Amino acid sequence: MITENSERRVISVIVVNEASVLSRITDLFSGRGYNITSLTVAPIPESKYSRLTIVTSGSVRVIEQITKQLHKLIPVLRVYEHADLVEKEMALLKFPLSENITDISTLCAAYNGRIVNVGENVIIAMVADDPARIENFLRVIKKYNPKEIVRSGAVALER
Amino acid sequence: MQMSGAQMVIEALIAEGVDTIFGYPGGAIMNVYDEIYKQNKFQHILNRHEQASVHAAEGYAKASGKVGVALITSGPGFTNAVTGLADAYMDSIPLVVISGQVPMSLIGTDAFQEIDAVGISRSCTKHNYLVTDAKDLPRVLKEAFYIAASGRPGPVHVDIPKDVTAQIEEFNYDIEINLETYKPNIKGNPRQIKKVMEAIAKARRPLFYLGGGVVNSNAAYEVRKLVQKTGIPAVETFMARGTLAHDDELLISMLGMHGSYAANMAMSETDLVIGLGARFDDRVTGKLSEFAKNAGVIHVDIDPASISKLVPADFPIVGDVKNVVLEMLELVDQIDSNKYKTWRNSIKNFDELHPLTFHEDSERLKPQWVIQRTGELLGDSANISTDVGQHQMWAAQFYPFSRPRQWISSGGLGTMGFGFPAAIGVKAATPDKISINFTGDGSILMNCQELMTAVEQKLPVINIILNNNFLGMVRQWQTLFYDKRHSQTDLSVQPDFVKLAEAFGGIGYRVHTKEEFDTALKDAVEKNVVAFIEVIVERFENVMPMVPAGGSLFNMMLLEKKEKK
Repeated sequence: MITENSERRVISVIVVNEASVLSRITDLFSGRGYNITSLTVAPIPESKYSRLTIVTSGSVRVIEQITKQLHKLIPVLRVYEHADLVEKEMALLKFPLSENITDISTLCAAYNGRIVNVGENVIIAMVADDPARIENFLRVIKKYNPKEIVRSGAVALER
Repeated sequence: MQMSGAQMVIEALIAEGVDTIFGYPGGAIMNVYDEIYKQNKFQHILNRHEQASVHAAEGYAKASGKVGVALITSGPGFTNAVTGLADAYMDSIPLVVISGQVPMSLIGTDAFQEIDAVGISRSCTKHNYLVTDAKDLPRVLKEAFYIAASGRPGPVHVDIPKDVTAQIEEFNYDIEINLETYKPNIKGNPRQIKKVMEAIAKARRPLFYLGGGVVNSNAAYEVRKLVQKTGIPAVETFMARGTLAHDDELLISMLGMHGSYAANMAMSETDLVIGLGARFDDRVTGKLSEFAKNAGVIHVDIDPASISKLVPADFPIVGDVKNVVLEMLELVDQIDSNKYKTWRNSIKNFDELHPLTFHEDSERLKPQWVIQRTGELLGDSANISTDVGQHQMWAAQFYPFSRPRQWISSGGLGTMGFGFPAAIGVKAATPDKISINFTGDGSILMNCQELMTAVEQKLPVINIILNNNFLGMVRQWQTLFYDKRHSQTDLSVQPDFVKLAEAFGGIGYRVHTKEEFDTALKDAVEKNVVAFIEVIVERFENVMPMVPAGGSLFNMMLLEKKEKK
């Protein structure tokens, strides 16, 4: 299947909140040789379920297998393989105070972000945008020497 | 009713109608064993290794169609059982395996005989549970039996800490199973079934491709009817042996790596594969791009993930084979069996060109003869288990199977050491049948301690050891693909198998000739004690035909033809 085109895909999985459910999911990926680019999990409000958003890559056939194998797991309620979706990711960045804060602030604003914390030596900024735009932002912001970068991984909703 | 977690285990097993369990006690499971001592509703068979307990439970499950149960302790008890879990997972065998665990307060402390059991079993079970509160036990056990047997069957592992088996709680097993996230689809889509029947009616060279799912769903007799009414020839996978009777004219044979020439050629020439409960395993398909190249594919499977996993299906049907076949039978009148006459004839020609056979050209007995002869002598009266290797393939090729669940072998995982304990489970499940285990001189040593179990429990398994003083299948590959470098496969140094059997209280025979074999087998059947029949067979016999790994099904290495006298 190496010859087939590999595509980035976002899969949402609704699972029962119970012990070891996350390892069932990740074991499935590692055991069958699938990739996880990013993974986010949080409980769905007022329910006994959690929602996982998994960014993965693979050929059409691999993605089909992933969704089927996920669905086979007993605590999995639903698997969505998104085609048309709204996708967002967040990133937090730490800069030295000596950097040009005005520039940083302006750039963050362009990516739905701002400076969220100011300390004695560092500032922390956040941005929240499409994963591809976050990627772009992180490339541009390099010249302001971020000391640390944290990405949340993508969350997604079908349109 | 108030009771301990250990008592709950017993009560749940009784409520599930379990009559036999297999196991081995140890520290963390002692509370449960104490309750076993006090009850007489089911029998406990003490194996001499936990791996054997799980294989015995598998044999029991396969022969009876019920859920097999094994009970083991924590740590090494559990890790010994893992091979059995993996084996059952690969071959879709319904099991509930209950293991003890160290007390909750010690979990995570690297306690004595502690291992992360559910962490290990996660990837080789259909589902697993670590029970942290005895209140959950009735529900968990009920779910475990349900999950094991429903949908695509498989092993379920329940790990219970020692303090949970001591905990006193209310027991109520009369509960509804409510698994919102697990609802296997067992009824095939009627519209799709209609389309499938139309496709079959249009096809010129259709072929039934029958898999182990037919046996698992107890659909063999319905499938026999469908095959007979349509007049469409059928090939069986290794796991499906016995689905059609050996003398059924429409049964070609087994296909795959060691399938018959006719079966593999039929699969290569067909224009419509009718896959029922088969999963297009690599040992069946050979090179995928050449597999049934010009054929449409109908794939009926209970497991959606098996459909289009390896071979894209033109007509996928998710459902239980039995239900789907019953629906197909409703529409069978539109199919004209005369239409496939030419097709049947060309398959007959394939079979005449290269029949599944062997040459009796050596001083030593031929292993295939031993299988065939056992079939002639015992036929339907025996259930056939095997270990893994050459003997296993010969058994699949040459035994005249007449019914489903007659054939018990480790297909997916290929577990050496499976046969003997499985045959013990088979005998426990079907005491009126003779339990044969075809094995090799390599495999038998991997669970030979089970002689003790068989003697103690009076389960007279007859082990027919095809002794070629080789790890034969690996030797065959070395001969063919490694320039005859027989690395570590020469088993010239061996125990005295006769004395070995006798040392445990069994009976041993060493056989060199046909006459000796007949005498030994008849005697073993009569004596009704566990037996080793060691048959000295030709050392360098190869399993043929053979599709080399990754090769195309139609490119088989074939048995050399002999000049007819």
